[in-house]
Amino acid sequence: MSVTLLIEQLLNGVQLGTMLFLMASGLTLIFGVMGLINLAHGSFYMVGAYATAAVTASTGSFLIGLGAGIAAAALAGALVELIVIRRLYHRPHLDQVLATFALILIFSEGTRFIFGSSPLRLSPPSWLTGFVTLPGDTRYPIYRLVLIGVGIAISIGLYLLISRTRLGMRIRAGESDREMIGALGVNISKLYTLVFALGAGLAGLAGALVGALQSVQVGMGEPVLILAFVVIVIGGIGSIKGALFGALLVGIVDTLGRVYLPIFFRAFMPPSEATGVGAALAAMLIYILMAVILAFKPKGLFAAHD
Amino acid sequence: MINNTSSGVAKISLTPNADSHFSRKGIVQITLLGLLLLLPVTAYFLGHIYYVNLASRITIIAMAAVGLNLAIGYGGMVSFGHAAYFGLGGYVAGISAYHAFDFTPFMTWPFSVPGSDNLLVVWLAAAILCGLLALAIGAISLRTTGVYFIMITLAFAQMIYYFANSWPTYGGEDGLPIYLRNGLPFVDTTNALSYFLICFAGLVLAMAITSRLMKSRFGAALTMARLNDVRLATAGISPYPIRLIAFVISAVITGLAGALYADLNGFVSPTMLSWHFSGELMVIVILGGVGRLYGPLAGAILFVMMETLLGGITQYWQLFLGLVLLGVVLFAKHGVMGWLAGRELNE
Amino acid sequence: MSDVVLSLHQLHKRFGALQATNDVSLELHQGEIHALIGPNGAGKSTLIGQIAGNLRPDEGSVFLGGSEITRMSIAQRARLGLGRSFQVSSLAEPLSVMRNVMMGVQALQSHSFRFWKPVARDKQLLEPAYEALERMQLSHRAWTPVSELSHGERRQVEVACALALKPRALLLDEPMAGLGPEGSAKLTELLEALKVEVPILLIEHDMEAVFRLADRISVLVSGSVIAQGDSHAIRQDPRVREAYLGNDDA
Repeated sequence: MSVTLLIEQLLNGVQLGTMLFLMASGLTLIFGVMGLINLAHGSFYMVGAYATAAVTASTGSFLIGLGAGIAAAALAGALVELIVIRRLYHRPHLDQVLATFALILIFSEGTRFIFGSSPLRLSPPSWLTGFVTLPGDTRYPIYRLVLIGVGIAISIGLYLLISRTRLGMRIRAGESDREMIGALGVNISKLYTLVFALGAGLAGLAGALVGALQSVQVGMGEPVLILAFVVIVIGGIGSIKGALFGALLVGIVDTLGRVYLPIFFRAFMPPSEATGVGAALAAMLIYILMAVILAFKPKGLFAAHD
Repeated sequence: MINNTSSGVAKISLTPNADSHFSRKGIVQITLLGLLLLLPVTAYFLGHIYYVNLASRITIIAMAAVGLNLAIGYGGMVSFGHAAYFGLGGYVAGISAYHAFDFTPFMTWPFSVPGSDNLLVVWLAAAILCGLLALAIGAISLRTTGVYFIMITLAFAQMIYYFANSWPTYGGEDGLPIYLRNGLPFVDTTNALSYFLICFAGLVLAMAITSRLMKSRFGAALTMARLNDVRLATAGISPYPIRLIAFVISAVITGLAGALYADLNGFVSPTMLSWHFSGELMVIVILGGVGRLYGPLAGAILFVMMETLLGGITQYWQLFLGLVLLGVVLFAKHGVMGWLAGRELNE
Repeated sequence: MSDVVLSLHQLHKRFGALQATNDVSLELHQGEIHALIGPNGAGKSTLIGQIAGNLRPDEGSVFLGGSEITRMSIAQRARLGLGRSFQVSSLAEPLSVMRNVMMGVQALQSHSFRFWKPVARDKQLLEPAYEALERMQLSHRAWTPVSELSHGERRQVEVACALALKPRALLLDEPMAGLGPEGSAKLTELLEALKVEVPILLIEHDMEAVFRLADRISVLVSGSVIAQGDSHAIRQDPRVREAYLGNDDA
């Protein structure tokens, strides 16, 4: 077991965590401000990735593609909010779940209809490929480091947005008292559309960035969506700080579990069995973590509304 | 009908007026169940086995939805993880058949458990295991409410899904075939019609149990837990154990449907555990009409019909399913049964 | 004293900097109506919460008929014989009056894990529930959905629900709120008849009703009981006058 492997896997964990944060922060904002559970958040992730892949392929520029991806996801978010979501704010959670589940079906099949079933190709731009050498002789892909950097930058940006700007003030007011913010004369429906589009844009960014690392295909947003749910349940629904903490925790625990659990079981089991047991347990690890946290803190670590 | 207020001085009755069986609702219900029974029987004697199996599929999915309806519709517990029980039931059938076929024991320690190809054994095991799983998941999830509950049930089901996916012994993500359908004494379960009738009996039983349950003291408490849990607690009944037991019963019904489903298809795979299936079960409950006894049946008929008919025309049929669902959620809150049979009163 | 049914001993509850309940001790005796009054923000809701089980006090204890209930759940307290009504009606609206009242009877007859026998034909449930309704003069509305009842009738159903528990003590949180003079008079009459069997701790804003009904009155101001006595003594008490006139003329 080498230090190199540990550093590399820790970085991978942080990288997964920052991308999860991009998803989870939007989800938790939308829940905190509008009280809405949005399953279609994974669809914006997918929209971002597809738009980035398509525009990058036709322009040859990853950055233009990325911009287009964020814009497309934010636009899709705004449209969905205007057409469907705003009819759901005062509905029971069951209706919200079903309507946004319907949106997933529409988005997924619509995307399959336009782009076909085979994955699209999207690679990081050439100036971001290659490796850097970190202390301890760890060679680490530049692109993954950039993802971590983007994640950190977005976290700081969100923090500043919420604590320093007028929009942030309204978001905080909306979280603490939905009635009052209307009484203050803030245009609530505009605020809601804006918050929803912001969340969708962040999801689109995550989809585009991760899409270049893995593959761009229909349904890519769904596993991430469910991980993001675990993140915000752990962190406390409605809390950005909780989303950040939860995302890093889940990212690191999941990544390290997948690498080290099989190694751990190999110490006292035949290798083939150890791999199976280790992999199966690793797949369950974050859910067990969630269960343990909930057993002690049913509202998550940083519950916003207590 | 005799008007009992005319019989002398108003002795106030202790019971409400009973529903007439010949109401519009009653006719719709009998028609649905009757068609579900008669069409496959007819198809069988005309030699169309495909339609018999299609009816079995509808029946089983309806039964799974009956289970979920008990949680969502009657108990107000929006479980987004019922695929876990459906899939577990399926895996019990699959794993049991696998060991029976191989003559290998399922486990050897602390005591030896052989596989079995007897459906009664399979069902018993499926019911017990699904009940235990639901007890564990419910005990944690029911400490929370609202959105937390939805997300946590989803997350736990996902845990089971990934476990099945990465556990190599029983096929991992490729799934596990059942070479020979599990059997019953004196019944040829490989016969399509016999198997359909078994499934039909399962569905009717599940509906009868739900109906009876909801009229009992337990049902009264569960209804109150859904409508107003503070009132229930103030009346001296803790909502938590009531909900937990209902959740377990709901999971057992869905799990038994899963066992039937695996034997119908001769195959079990993690797809049965996927969150998509949890979502589809919810869709069926809502399409049919949430909290109505026949809602899951109406929803399952509609869902499988759409899947079969639209799926035959276009590979993008789920796009239309999404649009229909969106329409129902936004504009037709009472589902198919609400539309066919009128609104349900809560008594 | 031996006829104490419900008693609070030196309850303290603090929310951050706010001392919501400050060393409150109270007793409710057999056969009496003990009214708890106080201006808005005096901490009445917090105190009720600690009696009914929604909140746990930081210090002090609550006794019901000799058993300590300080840390019990709402349901446990109810089963021990604490009936309560809410300030805002908390009935299950779509259900009939009977179904609401029956819940308490069901809890009283041990457990709710009976899965088979239909409640609609269960005389053991129906008859006591019916009796409780008759006590509140509402038996003619037994099978009416709560949503169709008038505001005053709902108040009566709330009390009937509490009565179904065969309670040792009743905790009524502003039962007169929102009632017209007629409804208020009727409820006053019903409560007066009731207190002989079940002592009532009455939290009420309607001063006329309080002075007519209450055998004893405690005045809560800023979390503390500043005065206790019969209605005559309370009317004369300068601190009470100050507390009320200083804030608002209740």
